[in-house]
Amino acid sequence: MTELSKTQTELNQPQPTKPPRSQWLDVWDQFKTHKGAMMGGVLFVLIVAGVYLGPFLWEIDATKIDIRARNQGPSMAHPFGTDQLGRDLLARMMAGGATSVSVGITAMLLALFLGSFVGVVAGFFKRLDGPLMRLTDLFLALPLLPLLLVMMLLFREPLNAAFGLEQGIFILIVTSIGITSWMPTARIVRGDVLALKEREFVLAARSIGTTNSKLITRHILPNVLSPIMVSATLGIATAIITESALSFLGLGFPPDFPTWGRLLFDGTDYLQQYPERVIWPGLAISLTVLSVNYLGDGLRDALDPRIRGR
Amino acid sequence: MLTFTIRRLVLAVPTLLFISLVIFLLLEMAPGDPMAQVPLTVPPEVKEKMREALGLGEPMPIRFWKWIVQFFWIEPQVLIDHYLGTSFSEGKLRVISWQTRSPVMDIVVQRIPQTLWVVGTAYIVAILIALPIGIYSAYRQYSWFDQMGTFVSMVGFSVPPFFSGVLVIVIFSVQLGWFPSIYDTTLVVNSWDSFVKQLQQMIMPVMVLALQITAQLSRFMRASMLDNLNQDYVRTARAKGLSEYVVVMVHVLRNSMIPVVTVIALGIPAIFGGAIITEQVFKVNGIGQLLIGAIQANDLPMVQTLTFIFAVLIVLFNLIADVLYGILDPRIRYD
Repeated sequence: MTELSKTQTELNQPQPTKPPRSQWLDVWDQFKTHKGAMMGGVLFVLIVAGVYLGPFLWEIDATKIDIRARNQGPSMAHPFGTDQLGRDLLARMMAGGATSVSVGITAMLLALFLGSFVGVVAGFFKRLDGPLMRLTDLFLALPLLPLLLVMMLLFREPLNAAFGLEQGIFILIVTSIGITSWMPTARIVRGDVLALKEREFVLAARSIGTTNSKLITRHILPNVLSPIMVSATLGIATAIITESALSFLGLGFPPDFPTWGRLLFDGTDYLQQYPERVIWPGLAISLTVLSVNYLGDGLRDALDPRIRGR
Repeated sequence: MLTFTIRRLVLAVPTLLFISLVIFLLLEMAPGDPMAQVPLTVPPEVKEKMREALGLGEPMPIRFWKWIVQFFWIEPQVLIDHYLGTSFSEGKLRVISWQTRSPVMDIVVQRIPQTLWVVGTAYIVAILIALPIGIYSAYRQYSWFDQMGTFVSMVGFSVPPFFSGVLVIVIFSVQLGWFPSIYDTTLVVNSWDSFVKQLQQMIMPVMVLALQITAQLSRFMRASMLDNLNQDYVRTARAKGLSEYVVVMVHVLRNSMIPVVTVIALGIPAIFGGAIITEQVFKVNGIGQLLIGAIQANDLPMVQTLTFIFAVLIVLFNLIADVLYGILDPRIRYD
């Protein structure tokens, strides 16, 4: 009797009308409340759109030399002015931004791939954990900036010969930034995988005979996605700064191939007469990095289930 | 604790050997030829002799071994000789720079004080600014001060030193003319005037470096304070009637300093690396600038030694951070 009345009251309870909310909807709701992150996200999208789509609207070639119009201030024809060879600075900024952002994103993807791979393998296979983590420690103990500079010096010419000037240096910078910045991701991912491996759903999956590779791709990887995404945003920021630093030290892209760091470096020679030539690229780098950092901050909050919903 | 320290010290040896091997192998692939500057009229056999005089004739493992002997055995002897007036190192071959044909370590020793002055001052200034900011931001979480602090440290993270450095040069030395834009290392401080001059030229590089360090440290301090402020022992301290000042500045601060101190120790080698750019911007002739110059001039012994010194710093301060953590927090003794 009591059983029956209990089921009846349960039946009378209001039916849920809304479909169950997905995890990503929750994340998005939490993300929206973080104002800085929203602004950062919008700004980053605007910058990326500006540097990639801008050249379609602003059709002056970044490398076109017009020596009569050199060293001009801002005008309608050249909103950012021109440099010492009469090249339009707005076009150069856009071309430079396209390179800087591409380097940032590609290097981040490479570092992310390496870091997640090492992290998942080290966390999942106990036998590989020790050696792989020692390797990570060794990489963390390397002096990165000096090594990056040395790599730039050493492999510039062979790669230039193999892939052409611009392609070669792009590959060189992306790979060297990638292989020197995967370590933090690997450590975070490994920690998460170690914890996940002991959970019941992994045991359940294993007990129905799931192979290791399927277990990793279907069950482990989706669950470590959030730390990977946060490292991804922060990785873009460090990659852009590193590339600009290399260009600034004169060991990055060649002079006629603009990037933001290179433009800043070229601008320092004319610091006294035309300080704006330094300020524009510097501002572009700083704004991009700032927006990406805020984006990462918001993502970290949104993806953390302990904070979400509060 | 002692066994832990000794074990870590022993482990540091293979780490350093591995790193020196990595650096050596990297430089081994260098395409640059140290003989490139020699005139073409010099006959090839003489060139070959010169090459051997630089130590390039031997196979790779022997050269690596010789470099290790020079760096770990002969250079310390030189140091002992210098201080005690003995003559252990007499007639032994030291690591020679290809650029200047003088011992690498002599040049490094000349350059280190400049770097240490700028980097050291910046680090101390940054710690002095960052800790109070972090403490107050955490104590008044989400106040306007905290929001400002968050924004400023985000900016500090995001503005790279090669931009902030150039920016302060534009503002303070081009527009206002207050400080010199170039660091004069020949300045001898022996009077009040020269002291003021030294201060003026140090302000800008120190400011630029300190901004970055402050940004990171104040975030850490804030997070660490926040972790501790809600703990039970804080409630106990308040309940037994301690003043708010004592609760925050003695009980909470001491406990929150544990992770922050290790972060400070870990940050020191990174600062030496980051100072490379700042040195380049302000033309401070420290070890960072020495490294850039050596890289551009293809001076491999110098590059190898300097990179290795950076690696030694990283390993050493990692060790110090680990040991400090164990000393400060008795719960985490690695026994």
